[in-house]
Amino acid sequence: MAARPRLHYPNGRGRMESVRWLLAAAGVEFDEEFLETREQLEKLQDGDHLLFQQVPMVEIDGMKLVQTRSILHYIAEKHQLFGRDLKERTLIDMYTEGTLDLLEPIIMHPFLKPEYQPKEVLHMAQKAIVRYFPVFEKVLKGHGQNFLVGNQLSLADVILLQTILALEEKIPNVLASFPFLQEYSVKLCNIPTIKRFLEPGSKKKPPPDDVYLRTVYNVFMP
Amino acid sequence: MYQQVPMVEMDGMKLVQSRAILNYIATKHNLYGKDTKERLLIDMYTEGMVDLYDIILHLPLTPPDQKDAKMAQISERTKDRYLPVFEKVLKSHGQDYLVGNKLSKADILLVELLYMIEEVDASLLASFPLLQALKTRVSNLPNVKKFLQPGSQRKPLPTQKMIEEARKVFKF
Repeated sequence: MAARPRLHYPNGRGRMESVRWLLAAAGVEFDEEFLETREQLEKLQDGDHLLFQQVPMVEIDGMKLVQTRSILHYIAEKHQLFGRDLKERTLIDMYTEGTLDLLEPIIMHPFLKPEYQPKEVLHMAQKAIVRYFPVFEKVLKGHGQNFLVGNQLSLADVILLQTILALEEKIPNVLASFPFLQEYSVKLCNIPTIKRFLEPGSKKKPPPDDVYLRTVYNVFMP
Repeated sequence: MYQQVPMVEMDGMKLVQSRAILNYIATKHNLYGKDTKERLLIDMYTEGMVDLYDIILHLPLTPPDQKDAKMAQISERTKDRYLPVFEKVLKSHGQDYLVGNKLSKADILLVELLYMIEEVDASLLASFPLLQALKTRVSNLPNVKKFLQPGSQRKPLPTQKMIEEARKVFKF
């Protein structure tokens, strides 16, 4: 039996959360090595374990994967979450890339100066409601299926669900004008592997707090 | 799709998102490796290149008082973080291309990046002989050679005027 994937990152969401979501959705159990000090990061760097001296890094199948998108693509492909053919794969790529653009300010938000944070929440809400959600609402309405592409769960659905839930934490009614997305996200949350990930005690990380912020500053910007 | 460009109309589709467009073209033209493992290596190398590319791309937008610091960052990242990785890959297998002994999206994007670095500061390439050899080799491929000649569809580095126009169109 192959060893479980091992994730290297601080104990918080950041760029690794999408990987946790995807592994969980695919029903893959994984281990985590939390970075808490600068020394731990340097040990990984000096030992040549990080291709570009950065995390996220995932040890999987005898390899040390870096670069979030590469990690996501590898896991998606391995677990049949990347479409059946080039056309489906391309749609999944386009949807995922758009969603990652929307997720990026959410990842960066805790690191903004406190006085800029409320304005940025409004900005994210606006982007979601004006630019991104209409696209996915139209796709779902167009084919009437439960998933964005090919009538089966894919990387695109997992990343979109992650992003919707993260936005809802800050803007509870962000899906108010999107009935198809509302139904879609409820259905996804009921998929057994995802349901388990959403329960207490799972490896899903809570919203960033002061402890997480301090850890990130200690490890990356001492 | 997302009210943004780039957008490429091809094969009856309107493709958006640079990575999705590149991946589609690369797959279609056998420039994306022969299996999952090769694709993974191509992906990891390419993502690193994109990170460096983005930093250099933003150089013209840097305010004049921050330009020196930005150049220092570009210099450090190029020489210490990114180019050594690709030089080491080529050294480790001694082949002509980064992955699978065959031209791929990774080689093409690396050569594009090397030309960009050269235009910013040619001395940054000095300690990377294998990368220079790759640049020459890829530049001599017939299709690439044609693209590098005047009159092709290759675009020049942005001038201050082009940036001002872009600012008006994209409102930033």
